[in-house]
Amino acid sequence: MTIENAERILGEHPFFKDLERSHLQLLTGCASNVRFKAGEVIFREGEPANLFYLIRHGTVAVETFAPNRGAVIIQTLGEGDILGWSWLIEPYRWRFEARAVELTRAVALDGTCLRGKCEEDHELGYELMKRIAHVIEKRLQATRLQLLDVYDGVRS
Amino acid sequence: MAFALEKQAIMAGLSDPMLPSPFCLQRVRKETYDTFTLELEPANGAGEFSFAAGQFNMLYAFGVGEVPISISGDPSKPQTLVHTVRAVGTVTQALCKLKRGEVLGVRGPFGNHWPVEEAVGSDVVIVTGGIGLAPLRPALYHLLSNREKYGRIVLVYGARTLQDMLYKRELEQWRSQLDLEVDVTVDTAPASYRGNVGVVTTLIPRVQFDPFQTVALVCGPEVMMRFTVRELEHRGVEPENIFISMERNMRCGVGFCGHCQFGSVFVCRDGPVFRYAEIQPFFAKREV
Repeated sequence: MTIENAERILGEHPFFKDLERSHLQLLTGCASNVRFKAGEVIFREGEPANLFYLIRHGTVAVETFAPNRGAVIIQTLGEGDILGWSWLIEPYRWRFEARAVELTRAVALDGTCLRGKCEEDHELGYELMKRIAHVIEKRLQATRLQLLDVYDGVRS
Repeated sequence: MAFALEKQAIMAGLSDPMLPSPFCLQRVRKETYDTFTLELEPANGAGEFSFAAGQFNMLYAFGVGEVPISISGDPSKPQTLVHTVRAVGTVTQALCKLKRGEVLGVRGPFGNHWPVEEAVGSDVVIVTGGIGLAPLRPALYHLLSNREKYGRIVLVYGARTLQDMLYKRELEQWRSQLDLEVDVTVDTAPASYRGNVGVVTTLIPRVQFDPFQTVALVCGPEVMMRFTVRELEHRGVEPENIFISMERNMRCGVGFCGHCQFGSVFVCRDGPVFRYAEIQPFFAKREV
C-alpha cells in the first residue's frame, strides 16, 4: 500500500474520522492491508496481541469457548468497526478469538508501532485513547444489555 | 370518562366494549418453543374485523382470564384476526393450548396505532426485539403494500437466539426483497452461525437512513427501547419522530379502570403507541 493510499484509507475509516492529517501521516507507517478468507482465524485467545484491525469490508465473529456449549460467538463486527484493543492494554494478549465469517478486508495497524507513536506524541495518544474509550464504552453498554437478557417475559 | 368509553366503543364498532365476542380458532402456528400465532374467525358469523396497525385486543380464555394481546395480522386482510401469543402466564398458556375449532372471547380493537400516515414521504426505521415484532408486523404489511409512499424502509430485529426468532419464513422473504433492508441479530449463537451476533442496538449505527427525514417505530422490552431511543437520537433522529409501543397492566382496554396508568396517560386508551417526545419526561422514571 502506498503512503498516499494508506493515508486515504485510514482517513476514510469511521474510527479515524476527522483525525488531524499530521496524525494520520504518523499512523500510515504502522499500517498494512490484510485480507482473510471465510473461516480463517484472525487471532486466537492468549496469543500476543500485536495488531489492531480496522475492518473495511466483510464480517468477523469474536468468539470464546464455553464448557458444555463449545465455541460461542459473542459479537459480530463488520464494515467500519475496529477489531481488538488488547494491543493497548497490558499484558498485550488477545482475550478472545476472532474469525472471518466471510471474505474480509481490513487495515492492520502494528500495535507496538502505535504504542511507540503514542508515547512520542501525547496529543495523538490522547486522541487515540478517546476514540478507543468510545468504542469500549459502546461495547460495554451492549454487553450490559446482553447480560440483562431483556427478552425474558415480554408481552405478546 | 364516560365520553372516552363511548368514543372507544364507537371506534371499536362495539355496542359494549366490555362484552367479548366469540371467535373460533382456525389455525395455530408454532413460532418458537413458547410462542404461537393464532388465526381466528368470528364464531357468530359476524363480518370482518377491521383494525389499525398497532392496536390490541383483550383475549379471553373462558374460565381462566383475559389478557391484552397485540394484533399481528395484515390490516388489509380483516377476514382473519391474527394474534401472536407467548405462553408465559396462566391465561396465555391456556390460549396457546386451545385446539382448532375451540372458541375464545375477543374485545377490541383498542388503543391507537402506528403513525403510518405521518410517515408518508419519510424513511421508516423499525427497531424491534423479541416478541415486539408482533405488534409491528401489521405496520410493516401496511408499509410494504404502500411501498411507493415511503423512502427507505429498514427493519432491525433482535432476538435472544436463533430459536427465539418469530416469523422466520417471512423474515427470509423480507430479506430477499430489494426495497426493504432487513437486519437481524441474536444475543448469542454457536460458532457455526453466520448471521450477526450482538444486541439489537448495535445494528442501529450500521443501517442506512436519513436521520433528519425518518420516522422510527420501536417495540420491545422497555430496557431495549430505552437503549434504542438513545442510539436513534445519537444518529440524529428527533424525539418527535420516534414512536414507541408501551406495555402496562391493561385490563378494561378503554381507560376506565386505571390499571394501565402511565404518568398522565392511560396506555390502553392514549397508547399503546406514544410519540417519544411526549412521554420522554417519565419514560425512564422507575416510579412510573
